[in-house]
Amino acid sequence: MAKEKRKRHPLTATRLKNQFLNVVTNPFNLIVFISLIILFCLIVIPLLQMISSTFTVATKSDARMSGDEIGSFTLYYWKYILTSYLAKATLWVPLKNSLVVGFFTTLVSVPLGAIIGWLVVRTDMPCKKLLGVLVVIPYMIPSWCKALCWLAVFRNETSGSLGFLTGLGIPIPDWLAYGPVAIVLCMSLHYYAFSYINVSSALRSINSELEEMGEICGAGKVQILKSITLPLVMPSILSALVMTLSKSIGTYGVAATLGSRIGYFTLATKMKTFISGGPQGVGYAMSIILIALAAMIIFVNQKIIGTRKSYATIGGKGGRSTEMRLGGARIPMAAFLVVFLILAMVMPMFVLVMETFQINTGAGYTLSNLTLYNWIGTVDQAQKYTNYPGIFRNSEFAKAFYNTIRLTAITSIITAFCGQFLGYISTRGRGKWYGGLVEQLVFIPYLMSGVAFSAVYVAMFSTSHLGGLIPSLYGTFTLIVLTSVVKHFPFASKSGTSNMMQIAYELEEAATINGAGFFKRMKSIVLPLAKNGFITGFMLTFISVAKELDLIVIMMDKNTQTLSYLAFTYSQEGLNQMADAISVCVLLFILVCYIIANRFGADIGKAW
Amino acid sequence: MSKIVLSHIDKYYGDNHVLRDINLTIEDGAFMTLLGPSGCGKTTTLRVVSGLENPQNGTMTIDGKEIINAATAYYAEPSKRGLNLVFQSYALWPHMTVRNNISFGLKIQKLPKDEVDQRVKEALRMMRIEEYIDRYPNELSGGQQQRVAIARAVAANPKLLLLDEPLSNLDAKLRVDMRSELKRIHRELGTTIIYVTHDQVEALTMSTQIALFKEGELSQVASPMELYMNPVDLQAADFIGNPRINFLEGTARFQGGRLHVSCPLKDMVFDKADMTDEKIPEGEFPCVVAIRPEQIRMAEEGESDCQKVKVYANQPAGSETLVTLRAGESEFISKQIGLQNYDFDEELSIHVPDEKINIYDAKSTRLIKRAR
Repeated sequence: MAKEKRKRHPLTATRLKNQFLNVVTNPFNLIVFISLIILFCLIVIPLLQMISSTFTVATKSDARMSGDEIGSFTLYYWKYILTSYLAKATLWVPLKNSLVVGFFTTLVSVPLGAIIGWLVVRTDMPCKKLLGVLVVIPYMIPSWCKALCWLAVFRNETSGSLGFLTGLGIPIPDWLAYGPVAIVLCMSLHYYAFSYINVSSALRSINSELEEMGEICGAGKVQILKSITLPLVMPSILSALVMTLSKSIGTYGVAATLGSRIGYFTLATKMKTFISGGPQGVGYAMSIILIALAAMIIFVNQKIIGTRKSYATIGGKGGRSTEMRLGGARIPMAAFLVVFLILAMVMPMFVLVMETFQINTGAGYTLSNLTLYNWIGTVDQAQKYTNYPGIFRNSEFAKAFYNTIRLTAITSIITAFCGQFLGYISTRGRGKWYGGLVEQLVFIPYLMSGVAFSAVYVAMFSTSHLGGLIPSLYGTFTLIVLTSVVKHFPFASKSGTSNMMQIAYELEEAATINGAGFFKRMKSIVLPLAKNGFITGFMLTFISVAKELDLIVIMMDKNTQTLSYLAFTYSQEGLNQMADAISVCVLLFILVCYIIANRFGADIGKAW
Repeated sequence: MSKIVLSHIDKYYGDNHVLRDINLTIEDGAFMTLLGPSGCGKTTTLRVVSGLENPQNGTMTIDGKEIINAATAYYAEPSKRGLNLVFQSYALWPHMTVRNNISFGLKIQKLPKDEVDQRVKEALRMMRIEEYIDRYPNELSGGQQQRVAIARAVAANPKLLLLDEPLSNLDAKLRVDMRSELKRIHRELGTTIIYVTHDQVEALTMSTQIALFKEGELSQVASPMELYMNPVDLQAADFIGNPRINFLEGTARFQGGRLHVSCPLKDMVFDKADMTDEKIPEGEFPCVVAIRPEQIRMAEEGESDCQKVKVYANQPAGSETLVTLRAGESEFISKQIGLQNYDFDEELSIHVPDEKINIYDAKSTRLIKRAR
């Protein structure tokens, strides 16, 4: 249809009145308006606030150092990290370390995940169904737990107590136990699952007829893989690559656990020391660099492969899928996966669990070295041990457990609710300006790594604003909840959107025709139909918050700490067995949640 | 039971002008079909009438009452228009039983409980699906869901019933059944119906009036038979009828109060009385001779007005036979009743009655000579 200039109506009083009524009498408009304001306050303003705080003198000592007055404009913080004599140690070395760690993590984890995905989806490898389930389990384990597992296996004299291998008399050098190699391997074992999930779903959507056609044309197996399969899944591999890179650059937990004790800092860990130790402006400036870095990577990704993204689903109608015969390689391939799983999951977990029962780590599993002290010991039994009671008698543990439950429950209820809501707005506003705006605003937290994001919130809420209308929330539980909620917006609204997409707009229109207003439609049509999606969204956020360490590590203190944070601090203090015991508890908690979520997931398949 | 008048309706999506100056009057009790290929604006027109979309220009009245006035940005709410809509996808609420689907709107109207029950039962009886009252939609077949959707729409006693391609998701046999069902409902309720379809058979068999759409514009509003016999332009002629109408290129000249036409098949002369009001070009001009396949019959022995043609191909299909014929370079199809057998390249003699032929101006594509 041709584009033409549209006729405009003269603006009369009646027209104005009717236009006003059309907007105001529709509650949907008001809700969109309120949501936009809230998103703006929670996402855009904190970001601007943090940027401005890197240009404003904050404390007396900063004022003395920079020679400017408190509250006045300064370039002190930026000069500090970019040009001062400290710049090398503050920014450039950690930046280099972050990039190196990110690069190698991606280099290891993406091919690993892609190959496992291919083996599980497209080949006739034995037991592939079971293996397919097992290989995702590592993704459920928080990455900082993996770092603890790593320490349990590889720890050496440098950190006081021995690990499993040094205990067996195998000398472990520092470069293997701590620092970049350890961090890269540890994160790779976490992020490969990400590529695996991405690539295997892309592979599932490819019609195997495309490959069969190649075979008919006379191509060999390697040639088919190279010129048909690989190009088809390339977009999903690239997007996994970008996500892995941007996530691993900003990771805190693993880098801090395995790097800090030998003075190996990444941008994220260095930033944390500045934010908790000051000058905070320097930390904020670093987090802006971190955010810019991640945003740049994702932007480049969209520029390069954005147009090709839809490509993997082109042949996506094929229900049929014939497997590629591995022939003689069948058993070795399966064996490779089994060995991989044992090394990557079973053994470290075993060592981690056993360590919780050991008196001296690395001293073997003889009866004389085993104790239940770490779980249920009391302080007066403590001569040989630490000065803490076993975790089940430890009030800190109880408090942290309570905090974890409280934080996860409150956060995931709010997040899941908001997610459905935002999903509703962006599906119903698809193609309209507000739908696009909501989607973009909600996407922003996704660009930021957990530490950088919480730095934004700390910067925003460390003082009160608008004359106390927005109080200072520093150190409060509320701030932790708020941060967790907003950080999970992208994820929750994505699940909300896909949930709402399943509710055809016609169902609502049918209700409108029958005289139902907005709230009646919500109550009788949308909410009942969105119920199951809401529950899965809730459970997935729940698990994600329970695992979380990076996001909340800056804000935690003794009163608000969660299990993750407690395990992390114990590990930093060298209380390895206790840290291990807590992480075992976290793991069990997450496992139970997954099983429950899976129950609901199965229900969704059965329902409409 | 109501009369709907749409005047000067314009609808834009962004810069896309999807409805262009629609003027349409739907008489009380009419079965008006909006017909056209997909993307021509027929569903948008229906949604404008229902109130689910608001046009940027134009007015609409129902029984003289103002419903839409774009100039003052006045748009009555869908529920205040006394109409109901059957969606193409049926839009049955999957979490409600058939009973609750149908009673939903009635409860919103705050009708007493007995009346709600009675109306639900009445609507189900009318659609002959009483036994499914406590089922959920996903426990019903496509045809049954369709009936529930119609029952839901008629239960509220709407003055105007809108149907958006309601039969397009049904298989061929069910479609024929539902056509007769809808015709009966129209008769039983006496409601004005606006029916959207791209299927000309549905339009021709069910409607009292057809509005033919073309790229967001109304090209013709006529009764089914008039639309079939005298499509107003070449595009409409091409769209209506299966197998398609035959077009033969020819030349025409208006001389001495009569239209002289010559084409490869034959030369003809028509009276002024058979011609439309379209402007006729000066002198000799190219024209298109349009002949419905069923109007071409085999000439009888010794018939005077007959033409020699050659068989190009033959397609017997049981109840009818399609024969592709050639006269000179022109190719056209004839539809014969019953099983007929012709050989390739067989020479035949055919007869085409002049009064059944349409003549179009090739340049303006408009109809200049009507069929009788």
